[in-house]
Amino acid sequence: MTTAPGPAPQELLLRGIWRENPVLVTTLGLCPTLAVTNSIANSLTMGIATLCVLVCSSVLVSSARKYVPNQVRISTYILIIATFVTLADMVLEAIVPVIHKALGAFIALIVVNCIILGRQEAFASKNTVGRSALDALGVGAGFTLTLLLMGAPRELLGAGSLLGYNVMGPHFEPWVIMILPPGGFLMIGLLLIGKNWWALRTAQPKAERIAAMAAARAAAARPAHARTREGALV
Amino acid sequence: MTDLAFIFISALVINNFVLAYFLGLCPFLGVSSRVDTALRLGLATTFVMLVASTAAWALNTFVLEEAPYLRVISFIVVIASMVQIVELLIKKTSPALFRELGIYLPLITTNCAILGLAIFQTNRAYNFAQGFTFAVGAGLGFTMVMILMASIRVQTELARVPALLKGPALVFLLAATLSMAFMGFAGLFS
Repeated sequence: MTTAPGPAPQELLLRGIWRENPVLVTTLGLCPTLAVTNSIANSLTMGIATLCVLVCSSVLVSSARKYVPNQVRISTYILIIATFVTLADMVLEAIVPVIHKALGAFIALIVVNCIILGRQEAFASKNTVGRSALDALGVGAGFTLTLLLMGAPRELLGAGSLLGYNVMGPHFEPWVIMILPPGGFLMIGLLLIGKNWWALRTAQPKAERIAAMAAARAAAARPAHARTREGALV
Repeated sequence: MTDLAFIFISALVINNFVLAYFLGLCPFLGVSSRVDTALRLGLATTFVMLVASTAAWALNTFVLEEAPYLRVISFIVVIASMVQIVELLIKKTSPALFRELGIYLPLITTNCAILGLAIFQTNRAYNFAQGFTFAVGAGLGFTMVMILMASIRVQTELARVPALLKGPALVFLLAATLSMAFMGFAGLFS
């Protein structure tokens, strides 16, 4: 139970970012992904807060894994997570009060982010402290990157700026819908289409791939080369 | 009275929990493939919201005044135990209803709409009546959107969907459209 042979350390770290990306592959943690990604600053703050809570909880859960009775493990995890979320809430309020206010209730809602509880139950409760920390770092980084993938196009199109700096010039008419709730649903839909496209592409042999791509093009009526392109073509 | 009506309508359609606050997306994606299941889950969630709202109000008024930093921890513990008590109660009094709800009842604990409701209610300093109205509005709003989504998804089962759009991608694009439509309610009070 302690040192089950598993993936190598670098694989532990990297799989959370792409192959087992928590949002795009397992569609967990959707509430914050959609709710707070209307600007890059908000996305980044939320991502880092979640990353910290995830790493701290994983370390504590894995170091206490031999002392927690099986029957009350879920409640124990929830209590551990809630403690770290309360800490994160206080830290954010102290260092970035403006963003803390913008994120509002969603910081407290990190408690019910299924990514965190999922990693405790699936990984940290069965692995050593070091491996759990690596796994949590990978998953947290994957989550943060996905939030940025959502936040950057939404801020660029919805407000014409990146990180608050105006980059689209004075004549750009902001697509306000992108920073409103429908924009969040639209953006995650497009990211998932991009992921589907990638999965179809890598799963098929080359000849089939060409046919499938033609079909996909016809279906979407637009080329889907990269995620950033998708955002620009909304 | 107008105050309560405003809270109700606002939670029901204008600031709908699913379409404007993105709360409760897991059941929205997972359990919205059939209309009757969607309806039952929606009503169960509404019921738990009422219980959670009452519990949160009681905690805020009688216990947490001295220690607001314990809010998140105590809410999650109380909500989890309340759901468990409700589950036992239903099991004893109405086994038929219990069987009908099945696994959805315990899963409601991890629905972020419940904790979200308790936190929103606290942040806005609602009193008991306001909190109760807020919970009814939010719960019925959730139920309504679940039924809408399930009805649309039943239709898409029969349609030929391109491979690229299969799975959650399509549901999200549908949700984007629904969310846009619901933005129309924003002009209801001005």
